[in-house]
Amino acid sequence: MPAERERLAQIKKNLERRAEVYGVVREFFRKQGFLEIETPLRVLSIAPERYISPIKSEGWYLITSPELHMKRLLAAGYKQIFQISRCFRGGERGRLHNPEFSLLEWYRAGADYQDSISDAEQLVVAVIQKLHRSKILHYQGQNIDMQLPWPRLSVKDAFLQSAGWDPVAAYDAERFDYDMAALVLPALDPAHPTVLTDYPAAAASLARLKTDNPLVAERAEIFIGGIELANAYSELTDAAEQRRRFEKEAAQIEREYGTGMQISEPFLEAVGYLPECSGIALGMDRLVMLLCDAVDINEICAFTENNI
Amino acid sequence: MEIEEVHKNTKLMYQGKPWNVDNAEFVKPGKGRAIYRLRLKNLLDAGTLDITFHSGEKVDEASISNQEMQYLYKEGDHYIFMNTSTFDQTFVSEAQMGDKINFLKEGVLVNVQLLDDRPIDISIPVFVELAVIETGTAIKAATVTAQNKSAKMETGYILDVPTFIKEGDSLKIDTRTGAYVERLTAKK
Repeated sequence: MPAERERLAQIKKNLERRAEVYGVVREFFRKQGFLEIETPLRVLSIAPERYISPIKSEGWYLITSPELHMKRLLAAGYKQIFQISRCFRGGERGRLHNPEFSLLEWYRAGADYQDSISDAEQLVVAVIQKLHRSKILHYQGQNIDMQLPWPRLSVKDAFLQSAGWDPVAAYDAERFDYDMAALVLPALDPAHPTVLTDYPAAAASLARLKTDNPLVAERAEIFIGGIELANAYSELTDAAEQRRRFEKEAAQIEREYGTGMQISEPFLEAVGYLPECSGIALGMDRLVMLLCDAVDINEICAFTENNI
Repeated sequence: MEIEEVHKNTKLMYQGKPWNVDNAEFVKPGKGRAIYRLRLKNLLDAGTLDITFHSGEKVDEASISNQEMQYLYKEGDHYIFMNTSTFDQTFVSEAQMGDKINFLKEGVLVNVQLLDDRPIDISIPVFVELAVIETGTAIKAATVTAQNKSAKMETGYILDVPTFIKEGDSLKIDTRTGAYVERLTAKK
């Protein structure tokens, strides 16, 4: 107990700051007319994703993201919704990962991925202004200029500059993830956030492809201080295409891990009713880390897998 | 063992050599494949190696046994230890010892880690008791302030101590940080 008392006393300021961040986020969305919603944490089926390993609960799954249920609300006519929910991803443990974490997701009808990225820019700047009264973020000895708009860089250009190949022209899944972590991210400008845009179609997941260039998906990610903070899509609204992608991914998972995955029929039905829309997921723990100048997620969570 | 089970200070066999994991970093893009970046230190010659694994890969854990041994003396850059049950003698090189040489007194008992009967590392207690052999203005550690001065211990280790410490005093030292903790006995 004395060791725990000391540990929790040390991070108290960070936990207070965390609560402030949550307050600013809720205020930001409430002011813009977003509805805060709650969807189930324990579900029958999740989106099949090869590199995200779900945690089972009595034969059901703990959610890896609230995306499927939030889209069912969108399909039913809800136009602006947001949620901060706990998500669970097996085996993810490191400086930036805990198997249980907090994800902020929001969706807008009539918007595309660029709109979601500008929402995120406004939100993050609002949080930093409120907590630090500054447009400069100090993180790990680096001053990061948060002035809007943040620089955009296409995935294609980022890879050509840092890794010497074009993943849009010829996609190689293995090499893509490895070079992203080893070459592309370390080469991003440390003094500004970076928005990486237009991912290869093969890495589209639930995003729609560009109409004028089907080799790329309308997907973008925000990186600040070397941390992957948020991932935005122009959402795929073609139910048949969504089913094809899910079935392909599920078959891949079955081949690799031998586990069958049931595809959510209520979700696939809802995709057919989705309006043009965009959604984005932002890691709340990571946003709090940036604001607390924390190098490890342990510093901003009262309890992680280390001390449960 | 699975790469997922590897942590800092896990001992591995890799390319036929034994290594200590000095640092293990988990890197994973949200939608992408997990990567484990390891910094390995060779347990025989202290050389380092950076290496990357993907999730699902397997590595060989080095089978390490522990044996209580008594530290006898230093000869050249070899530290001589004696197995307390067989009285066999063996040595550990200065490179393998690292910072631990600062805290090792002749005659103390330590745990020696063996790889196929070959000593590769020793475990020393978190706190050790060492006597001051010299203190004063002639000896300088990193900082000298109004409250601190430098002292040389019987092992040759030099550190900052409070100004009231005298030659012959016995001090408690934290081997994790190398810092002074308290005076145990003052010189009579």
